[in-house]
Amino acid sequence: MITLDNLTKIFDTERGVVTAADHINMEVPQGEICVLLGPSGCGKTTTLKMVNRIITPTSGRIMIDGQDTTDQDTVSLRRNIGYVIQQIGLFPNMTIEENISIVPKLIGWDKSRYLKRASELLEMVALDPAIFLKRYPNELSGGQQQRVGVIRALAADPPVMLMDEPFGAIDPINREVIQDEFLKLHRELKKTIMFVSHDIDEAVKMADRIAIFKDGKLIQYDTPDDLLSHPINDFVKGFVGRDRALKRLQLVTVAEVLESESSVVTADDSLATALQRMDAAGYERAIILVDGNKRPVGYVSRSVATTTNGNCGKHSFNLRTVVRPEDDLRTVASKMFTHDATWLPCVSEHGKLMGTVTQRGITHHLGATYKTSRVEGHDLQHMRVAT
Amino acid sequence: MKKIKQSRFFQLPVLIGALLLGVFLQRSGLIDGMLFYWEDIVYLTKQHIQLTVISGTLAIVVGIPLGILLSRPRFIKISEWAMQGLNIGTTIPTLAILALSMSLLGIGFLPSVFGLFIASLLPIVRNTYTGLLGVPAHLKESASGIGMSPGQMLLSVEVPNAAYVIFAGIRTALAINVGTVPLAFLIGGGGLGELIFTGIDLFDTEMMLAGALMTALLAITVDILVAACTYLMVPRGVNPSRA
Repeated sequence: MITLDNLTKIFDTERGVVTAADHINMEVPQGEICVLLGPSGCGKTTTLKMVNRIITPTSGRIMIDGQDTTDQDTVSLRRNIGYVIQQIGLFPNMTIEENISIVPKLIGWDKSRYLKRASELLEMVALDPAIFLKRYPNELSGGQQQRVGVIRALAADPPVMLMDEPFGAIDPINREVIQDEFLKLHRELKKTIMFVSHDIDEAVKMADRIAIFKDGKLIQYDTPDDLLSHPINDFVKGFVGRDRALKRLQLVTVAEVLESESSVVTADDSLATALQRMDAAGYERAIILVDGNKRPVGYVSRSVATTTNGNCGKHSFNLRTVVRPEDDLRTVASKMFTHDATWLPCVSEHGKLMGTVTQRGITHHLGATYKTSRVEGHDLQHMRVAT
Repeated sequence: MKKIKQSRFFQLPVLIGALLLGVFLQRSGLIDGMLFYWEDIVYLTKQHIQLTVISGTLAIVVGIPLGILLSRPRFIKISEWAMQGLNIGTTIPTLAILALSMSLLGIGFLPSVFGLFIASLLPIVRNTYTGLLGVPAHLKESASGIGMSPGQMLLSVEVPNAAYVIFAGIRTALAINVGTVPLAFLIGGGGLGELIFTGIDLFDTEMMLAGALMTALLAITVDILVAACTYLMVPRGVNPSRA
């Protein structure tokens, strides 16, 4: 846990006094990622760098796990805080192994322990130790270097990590991959992380909480969902963007808006049965066709069922695509637009039908979280949800 | 593989050329003439090496710490002035430095060493200083952010990353040094200058050449030695010649 208490930094520059951080009060709970977000010069980096005293605070206190760090020795303070910067900062004169082992060596681990740790960490980010341990940083790609930068910060297992735009210099495709890897790593390690970014999408993706800064002041500190649904003023509104409702899509997974599909048909059922079930369940357009293993194989549309006789197997349409419960709604929306669909079936790992996602369900979910009696809205609008 | 083949291709004509040159020199009696001074050559070469090693080592031992000191933040105010001063120092010809050194310390071994030391100090200080200032700021931030003390940062990050530039300074300094040692003869320091200058005065080409060739040979040897040290001692990740 990181607690900032009235943290202030005033720079005396030639052009006068600049308040880079103005009485910042915030708390990053244990095991969460907090993204400091804002335009350049807003004080986010200054605030971050005061935590490991790269910048000395003018006034205020910083507590790590409840302990005031003001009187703590700078060197030992920093050894307990992982630090990752945008330029990565791997030392080009050292091999990857030496780079990763720096902090463990400094705090006096014995050799076999820190060498083992270096291999372990490389494996965690999917780099083969046999290949990479003895390489030098300039023999690695940018993405590989940043992975090493992150695991170097993790080497001595510090409870707290500071990351200053760590993925800023990486191309968009690799950035996405590294962000995902990092989130996976984070779910295992549960470090308390302060993370500076100027990219709202990155913030929404990575953060448990987002702190928006402007002119050295903390403007809003909230969960991504609350920040997007309730920006407190026009500045925040402008910063999160006019498509903020769309951004919220990636915060919700399919599982959260899944509507269980109680009524389905099999290939041998007649179309009359299909129509009957659609009416009974209140499906307006179609009913899903499953095989013997409850795997969705197609659908029967209402228009076909009302105008034709025969069995469902012969008169079904193929499914265009399916989604998985862990997909986020942004992916789902994209698939819906691509396939011109208003609903998509969701399947489990083994391909079994778990339910459907509908456009209406998504809209209702997003609407419901606008803090107006979430539970009530949920009940009303998700009649078909069985949990 | 290709490189080796190419060098073999060039080796043959060079060898033949060297052989022909040797035959010519032998026939003209020049080699015999030079070998006449063999004892002097051996004695004076030892002296020459002694002067270079002592003054060069002194310059390295003083120059690198001085460069490091000047690059520290707390000396930043005086370091620019100091570097300017040293720069003006290099514009003074080495012969003048030796002359000044003689006027201070008299003649003989000591003023020679001192003059040579001063002449080779500057490239070392300057390269150490600029090399250290050239270490990227983010490496230093990373090092201190990781929890290195200033001393650890200097030894394991700053110096290794500046090492290539520092070694280049040493190489320049020693090249100047070996080439200046013959002048030390003029203030009574001995060395191969004795053969060269005496040879000139006596119109004795063989004597002069004996000193000059030996000096050239020493200069090349020193250069190769420093290059080898650079290759071996600068870590691979920051060593352009090993990339």
